[in-house]
Amino acid sequence: MTVPVAPLIEQFRSGLDAPICLTWELTYACNLSCVHCLSSSGRRDPGELSTAECKRVIDELERMQVFYVNIGGGEPTVRSDFWELVDYATAHHVGVKFSTNGLRITPEVAGKLAGSDYVDVQISLDGATAEVNDEVRGQGSFDMAMQAMRNLSAAGFTGFKISVVMTRHNVSHLDAFKAIADSFGAQLRITRLRPSGRGADVWDELHPAASQQRDLYDWLVAHGENVLTGDSFFHLGGYGQELPGLNMCGAGRVVCLIDPVGDVYACPFAIHDAFLAGNVKDAGGFADVWRNSELFTDLRRPQSGGACTSCSAFDACQGGCMAAKFFTGLPLDGPDPECVRGYGEAALAAADAGAAPRPSGDHSHRVAPRQGQPSRARQPVPVSIGPRPAQLAPGAQPVANRRSVPDRACDQSPLAGFTLAAER
Amino acid sequence: MRLTCWSRKSPSTACAVSTDRETGGFDLDAAWRLHPQVSVRPERFGALLYHFGTRRLSFLKSPALLTVVRSLDTQPTARAACAEAGIGPAELPAYAGALATLAASQMICGRTA
Repeated sequence: MTVPVAPLIEQFRSGLDAPICLTWELTYACNLSCVHCLSSSGRRDPGELSTAECKRVIDELERMQVFYVNIGGGEPTVRSDFWELVDYATAHHVGVKFSTNGLRITPEVAGKLAGSDYVDVQISLDGATAEVNDEVRGQGSFDMAMQAMRNLSAAGFTGFKISVVMTRHNVSHLDAFKAIADSFGAQLRITRLRPSGRGADVWDELHPAASQQRDLYDWLVAHGENVLTGDSFFHLGGYGQELPGLNMCGAGRVVCLIDPVGDVYACPFAIHDAFLAGNVKDAGGFADVWRNSELFTDLRRPQSGGACTSCSAFDACQGGCMAAKFFTGLPLDGPDPECVRGYGEAALAAADAGAAPRPSGDHSHRVAPRQGQPSRARQPVPVSIGPRPAQLAPGAQPVANRRSVPDRACDQSPLAGFTLAAER
Repeated sequence: MRLTCWSRKSPSTACAVSTDRETGGFDLDAAWRLHPQVSVRPERFGALLYHFGTRRLSFLKSPALLTVVRSLDTQPTARAACAEAGIGPAELPAYAGALATLAASQMICGRTA
């Protein structure tokens, strides 16, 4: 084509009439209590969308031609209507990829999934050994995930995804993760640890050390073609070559999140009132939120990179991840907390950690809080039904500041597997 | 939207004609079609294509290319589809290249007849 690449990216930056794909968390209920859960899941929210409400959302996604949804939670399969909703979505031409810890992937379910054309499965695993995995995801979770994979493999389901959040305890497991994926004919997907949800409480101790970031980058350069990343490591582009993927932040432009109560957020890692665009139960439905909400309209305007624009790495990293900055208390037009040039560490040292915005809502199991952490888990469950709050929550950023989000990709892999076909 | 009885257990046989992935060569004089598992969403810039079998997303970067892709099923050859869409000889190589890319990613495939 005579049309150069840039205009296509510009089209994406200014937003599409419908998301390319979106993440939909069906429930906050979960059998596990992973320490880094980005949605602080554990207990079901009484305001979660009903079966009928979920089907209305699917109808709308079909009308908008959203090709597929990434369904997560919580543990989505604990919803009693989960399989009914999966069947409803695929019958209405909305493909499904769902994330699970393996709880309900019995041999029988695996057989059903293997015969389904429009369903993909993603098993979460955060260590290549039970010791490392279970430290983050809980006792017995490694064995449960491995059994689910064995069941899928035995049923003939190839190409399912193994999804790993990279921490300082599992960067050294990369080759082992790849070997596990290869042994099942599965595909490895690795994503970045975000300080979102409960992840905010453990980010300091779990995010990869600077030297490990370099190891991770080198590994991705060597294996990038066969490993999915959800574009989540573009902040590492500052080391040299850009990693494969779409070079822009998709939040509110080509991706978004629908949470269990129907709230629509700009991205799965930004569950905070500052990034809340509306609710699928609002009068205009999801389409109106996507197309006309003040927040998304704002995110689709040209963004400023602030001081980072004078850095030689800016073209590659574009200032990094909006959510990572927000929840570590850094300004959105400043460096990413894991900036490969070290500006993030300096910014974190200068920032007031106590002033960092707290994630909105907490559905954690009522267990003793991690030592040294505030006891947020004992607070009442916020139920997000009724009219939208008129004012921003404490810690929320005013609209004017939201404009300074980085101009780069950072989503929960809506564009994984994305190819630039027909780019001539 | 087109759905078929494709299954991951028995890979599709819908692509009756193989393409030369090594060279990206594209046979303009063959009969082509949109892969039955591919969904097309028109956009301002052209279209988004999603392949439910490979789970890959592609972009058609011009409305004219969308016209070509949509008429592959009914035109006897890709060359005829391009002509129908008003693609001139000077532009034809670029369109053939784009179609080759789409064929390599199985977004379009050959058909017999």
